[in-house]
Amino acid sequence: MAETVNESWKKSPGMFASLLAPPTLFLFAFLLAPLFVVWTYSFGHNEGLTEITVDGTFANYAHALNPLYLSILIKSFAFAAFTTFICLAAGFPIALAITFAKAKTKSWLLLLIMLPFWTNLLIRTYALMALLRTQGYVNGFLHIVWNGIAGVLHLVHGPALPAFQPLDLLYNNFAVVLGLVYVQLPFMVLPLYSALDRLDRSLLEASLDLGAGHLRTMVQVVLPLAMPGVASGILVTLIPSVGAFLTPDLLGGVDSQMIANVIERQFKAANDWPFGAAISFLLMYVTFVAIALQSVFAPKKEARS
Amino acid sequence: MTKPAQSIITFENVTKRYGKVIAVDNVSFSISEGEFFALLGPSGCGKTTLLRMVAGFENPDEGRILIDGKDVTDTPPNRRPVNMVFQSYAVFPHMSVRDNVAYGLTVEGVGKAERLRRAEEALALVKLDGYGERKPDQLSGGQRQRVALARALVKRPRVLLLDEPLSALDAKLREQMRFELTQLQEKVGVTFLIVTHDQDEALAMASRCAVMNRGVLQQVGAPSDLYEFPNSRFVADFIGQVNMFEGILSRDDPDRAEITCAELTTPVFLDHGVTGAAGSTLWIAIRPEKIELKGRKDGEAKPIMEDAPEGANVEPGFIRHISYLGSESVYEVDLTSGRRIKALRSNLTRWDQEDFQVDQPVWLAWHACSPAVLLS
Repeated sequence: MAETVNESWKKSPGMFASLLAPPTLFLFAFLLAPLFVVWTYSFGHNEGLTEITVDGTFANYAHALNPLYLSILIKSFAFAAFTTFICLAAGFPIALAITFAKAKTKSWLLLLIMLPFWTNLLIRTYALMALLRTQGYVNGFLHIVWNGIAGVLHLVHGPALPAFQPLDLLYNNFAVVLGLVYVQLPFMVLPLYSALDRLDRSLLEASLDLGAGHLRTMVQVVLPLAMPGVASGILVTLIPSVGAFLTPDLLGGVDSQMIANVIERQFKAANDWPFGAAISFLLMYVTFVAIALQSVFAPKKEARS
Repeated sequence: MTKPAQSIITFENVTKRYGKVIAVDNVSFSISEGEFFALLGPSGCGKTTLLRMVAGFENPDEGRILIDGKDVTDTPPNRRPVNMVFQSYAVFPHMSVRDNVAYGLTVEGVGKAERLRRAEEALALVKLDGYGERKPDQLSGGQRQRVALARALVKRPRVLLLDEPLSALDAKLREQMRFELTQLQEKVGVTFLIVTHDQDEALAMASRCAVMNRGVLQQVGAPSDLYEFPNSRFVADFIGQVNMFEGILSRDDPDRAEITCAELTTPVFLDHGVTGAAGSTLWIAIRPEKIELKGRKDGEAKPIMEDAPEGANVEPGFIRHISYLGSESVYEVDLTSGRRIKALRSNLTRWDQEDFQVDQPVWLAWHACSPAVLLS
C-alpha cells in the first residue's frame, strides 16, 4: 500500500503538485513567513516609535536571560508542570473509567469531556471567575454551610462561631493552576483514553489469570502499555500551559504572571517588539527541546500483535 | 475407556444470561483429572463462556463451578488454580519472553534464581530454549503461542485452559500443534480443557468431548462415542458427515426393530431394540462410509443383506456426482424418492475409482447395526 502511494507521485507529478501547492502556500504565507519576520525582529532594535532596525544584535536575547524574565519563564514551566501533573493524576482515572464504561455510557462520558470545547475560552474563564470571586458561588455555598453549622451550634448551646470569612479563591496562583487544569484536562484525557482503549483486554485478563491483583496489573501491564498516550498527553498539556496567556491574565494576581503575559506586554504596552520577539523564540526553542525529548522516549514503533 | 478416579472440574446446573440471551443453559458435567477435554460446538454455543467461567472472567447467574471439589464460583481469577492460553495469546508486548513466562512466578513471590530456572524449564518444554531475551514482536504467531503456553504451564496449574488455540495458525502448523499439544499434555500430566469449533481438532486431540449447541449441553463422551453413537440429530450432523432420514417406529422387539421412512422404499431394519413408543417419530442416521455401493442392472432383483430380511436395508439409486479425493471417493446418489444421499468408498486399489460412473444405476446397502437411531 505504502509502496503504491510512493510510486504514484512519481508517475503523476502534476497531480501531486496541484494537491500539495495550496496547503504549502497557506502554511508559508500565514505561518512561516510571519514567524520569519518576527524571528528577524528578535535580532534588531527600536528606531523611533514604529521603525525596527535589524542589525543582528543579540542584546534582546541577553536581556531575556535577565534573572527577572528567567524567573518568570521558570515559573511558567512550574505552573505548567504542576498543571500537567494534576491533569495526569485526575485524567488517568477518568480515562480508565471511560475505557471500561459500557458502550452507551462511554459515548456520553466522551461527550461530557468534549463539551467545554463548544464554548469560548473567554466565556469559560469568566464563568470560573463567577464561581471563585469573593461573592461567588463557592463562597456563597460555603457561607450557607457555615451559617447552618453556626445555627446548629447555637441550638445545642455550643461555642459561637466567628463571622464567615470568604476564601480568597481568585487573583492568585491557585486560581491560575485551577484555571489551567480546567482548560487542559480534556487534552490529557483524550490521548490517554485512546491509548487505553486500544489496549487488548485479554492482556489484562492474562495478568489476572497469572495471579496478579488489579493494582499490579495496573502498574505492570496497563501503565507501561499506555505510555505513548501518557507521553502525548503530557506534551499537549504542558506546551499550551507554558504559553498560557488568558488564564493568568484574568485569574492571576500580581505575582501570577506567566511568560506569555510578559510577551504580550512587550508587543503592546511596552512597544518593544524586538524584545518580545526574542522571548517568544526563547520559549519556542525550549518547547522544541521538550518535543525532541518526547520523541526520544516514545517507543520506536507500535508493537501490535 | 479407563474410568478416571477424581473429577477436577464440576459444573453444577450452570446458567449464564446476557440480557435476554441465554449463553449457557443449565449445564452439568464433570471433567476428570488428567483428561484432555474438548468443549466443542458452533460459534455462539456458549463453549467460550463456559471456559471463561472456569477461569473466573465470567460469573454464572445460577449454579456452581467446583475445582478440586471446592466451590470457586465467587473466587476471583487471580486466586484460581487454573491458567489460560488466550485465543489472541495475550503475550505482554512490553516484556521479554523470559519476563512474560516468569510474570506469574514473580506475582507468587518465587525467588529470582528459582524463577529463572523454572522459566527456562518451561521455555525448553515448549521448544523455545534460547528465546528468553527476545521481545514478542520478534516472534512468529506460533512462537508467541508457545510463550503463552509456557507462561501458563510454569504456574503448574491444576487445569490448563486453551481458548481456540489452533484457530490463528496456518493449516500445516495447526496439524503439527495438534500433535504437540497432545504430547505436551502427556508429558506434563496436567488436565487440559480446550475450546474449539473444529470437530476434527476435537476428535484428534481430546480424550473426551462435550458438544454444545445454543447454550445447551448436547452430549459428553469419547470422540468415538460421539461419532458412532450420537444422541441427537445435532450431534450426528455436527460431527462428521451423515445421511439422516425421518421415520416412524413400525416394529419394536428386544432384538429387532423396523423404522418406516417416507424417503426409502423398504423399512430400515435394525438388529436391536429401540426405546420408543410404537408409531413415534424418530430419525435414523447413516454415515457415508457405512453405505456400500453395488452395481445394478435394469430389472435386476434386490440383493439380500445377510443380516436383514429380504429387501430391507438395500435401496436402488443413480449416481449423480462423484468427488474423487485420492484416498477415497464420495458418491452422491439420488434415491427413487428423489432424496440425494452420500456414500463414501475407500480407493483400496489403484483402479477402484473406475468402478462407478456418473448416472450409473446402483444399489446402496448397509448393515443392520450401522444406522444410529435418534430420538431428538
